[in-house]
Amino acid sequence: MFDVEKVREDFPILKRKIEGKPLIFLDSASTSQKPVQVINAIKEYYEMHNANPHRSLYKLCEEATELYEDARKKVAKFVNAKHPEEIIFVRNTNEAMNLIVNSFAMPKLHNPSEVVLSVMEHHANIVPWQYLRDKNGTKLNFLDINGDGTLNLGQLKTNHDTKIVSLAHVSNVLGTINPVKEISKIVHENNSLFVVDGAQSVPHMPIDVQELGCDFLAFSGHKMLAPINIGVLYGRKDLLEEMEPFMRGSDMIKEVTLEKATWNDIPWKFEAGTPNVEGAVGLSAAIDYLDGFGMDDVRKHEKEITAYALEKLSEIDRLKIYGPTDADIRGGVISFNLADIHSHDLATILDDFGIAIRSGHHCCQPLMKRLGIPAAARASFYIYTLKSEIDALVNALEKSKVVFKV
Amino acid sequence: MTIEMMYQEVILDHYRHPENFGKLENPDVVHKEANTLCGDAVEIQLKLNGQKKISDAKFTGSGCAISQSSTDILLNSIKGKHISEIENWDKNFVLKLLGIEISHMRLKCALLPLLVLKIAVSKIRN
Repeated sequence: MFDVEKVREDFPILKRKIEGKPLIFLDSASTSQKPVQVINAIKEYYEMHNANPHRSLYKLCEEATELYEDARKKVAKFVNAKHPEEIIFVRNTNEAMNLIVNSFAMPKLHNPSEVVLSVMEHHANIVPWQYLRDKNGTKLNFLDINGDGTLNLGQLKTNHDTKIVSLAHVSNVLGTINPVKEISKIVHENNSLFVVDGAQSVPHMPIDVQELGCDFLAFSGHKMLAPINIGVLYGRKDLLEEMEPFMRGSDMIKEVTLEKATWNDIPWKFEAGTPNVEGAVGLSAAIDYLDGFGMDDVRKHEKEITAYALEKLSEIDRLKIYGPTDADIRGGVISFNLADIHSHDLATILDDFGIAIRSGHHCCQPLMKRLGIPAAARASFYIYTLKSEIDALVNALEKSKVVFKV
Repeated sequence: MTIEMMYQEVILDHYRHPENFGKLENPDVVHKEANTLCGDAVEIQLKLNGQKKISDAKFTGSGCAISQSSTDILLNSIKGKHISEIENWDKNFVLKLLGIEISHMRLKCALLPLLVLKIAVSKIRN
């Protein structure tokens, strides 16, 4: 049974005071806070099992290797990948995107190949593709958004040259949940590949890569209760096997001579150097924690908070919300602007109330331009968010109007 | 420090009704800087007389109340100044001019126009 008050007891940081006021953390889309179960798992790893995995024959090394590879199996199960070796550990979503572009797209996609993206993408799903365009002359096509912040799917007209469609599952600004299953069908009917940026979806809702039918899925551990610097690239086995390595060096080889090297099997082919065992252990504990509720309940709680926040925020005079107003198609992310108060000023004033929100362009400058705004404030939610925190946000926004004499 | 001490009437006034917002017809030097972290941007245009004194100055940009009002206030005191005087302006000068308390996190907003001016002046020197 999901009980938010009990959940909060697991997060030590939520007991913190900011300038004497209780911390109200509404920036989980940037990074989530960590439960004591994850913190303890990392502590235990260093106190009991720390060694460099895959390398030596002593007991500690065996344990560290097992912890690392068990984490991979757990992630595979979490997103329902067919094989554990389809899970590559990376630093974050951004690195996963670079891996796809460099190892998969760069050797294959030349002019007149085309990649379809959208204007709502995070820079992590735009800039690596621009590099491909600049190097190979690959064409980039950007889907627009509709007036309500949903994706303009009518523009998704793939053709023979469309090799890859790469889209966010959930927008980190608009909150829009894109209909990835439907998109996947269109993409595959055209024999193109579908890359899903799951940074804002995997932490918040059930994901099944086989049901979804995506060819690649990228996400970050730190947005789902795990430490910073552990991320995941899921890739279809047959695709990963034919891909070149991304980084070269140790651990990713089978044999090295002075003349040449041969590559290790997947997934290790893509994991050069000593891996982030601490991160994998933390991610494994985070998945255990989330699985304790089930992702359906996680989504249910966040949807309830999102619907409540949409209702309360829309009652504020001169507050403009961006993105869908229906919580059914919206993740726990709400971006807004209030009168003529710049989002940085709003974030500073809210901080005075102990409320942490994000402000600025959210690594989505093309989307900001499309929306015709220089910046926006953003409140985002997770399993520990309370309705009373939304009330506190609304109250602080009203007070911000007084400070700014709106 | 209270939040009201930062967002005083003078700041809000310069933010909403900047006196120096706009573009000059034939500026002698133009420079723009953006705060990459937050996206605030300020472009300053300067016109000089023969003695390297500022005869006119305007700015355009977008950003928070602190960066935009700080720019406007700074440009209010720039006219007639020799560029060597501007070269001596520092953080304390700007903060004194603003006359408000600024939290550590927002210092870079307040100092963005100073950075633009310093580079603009070095362009004149070169």
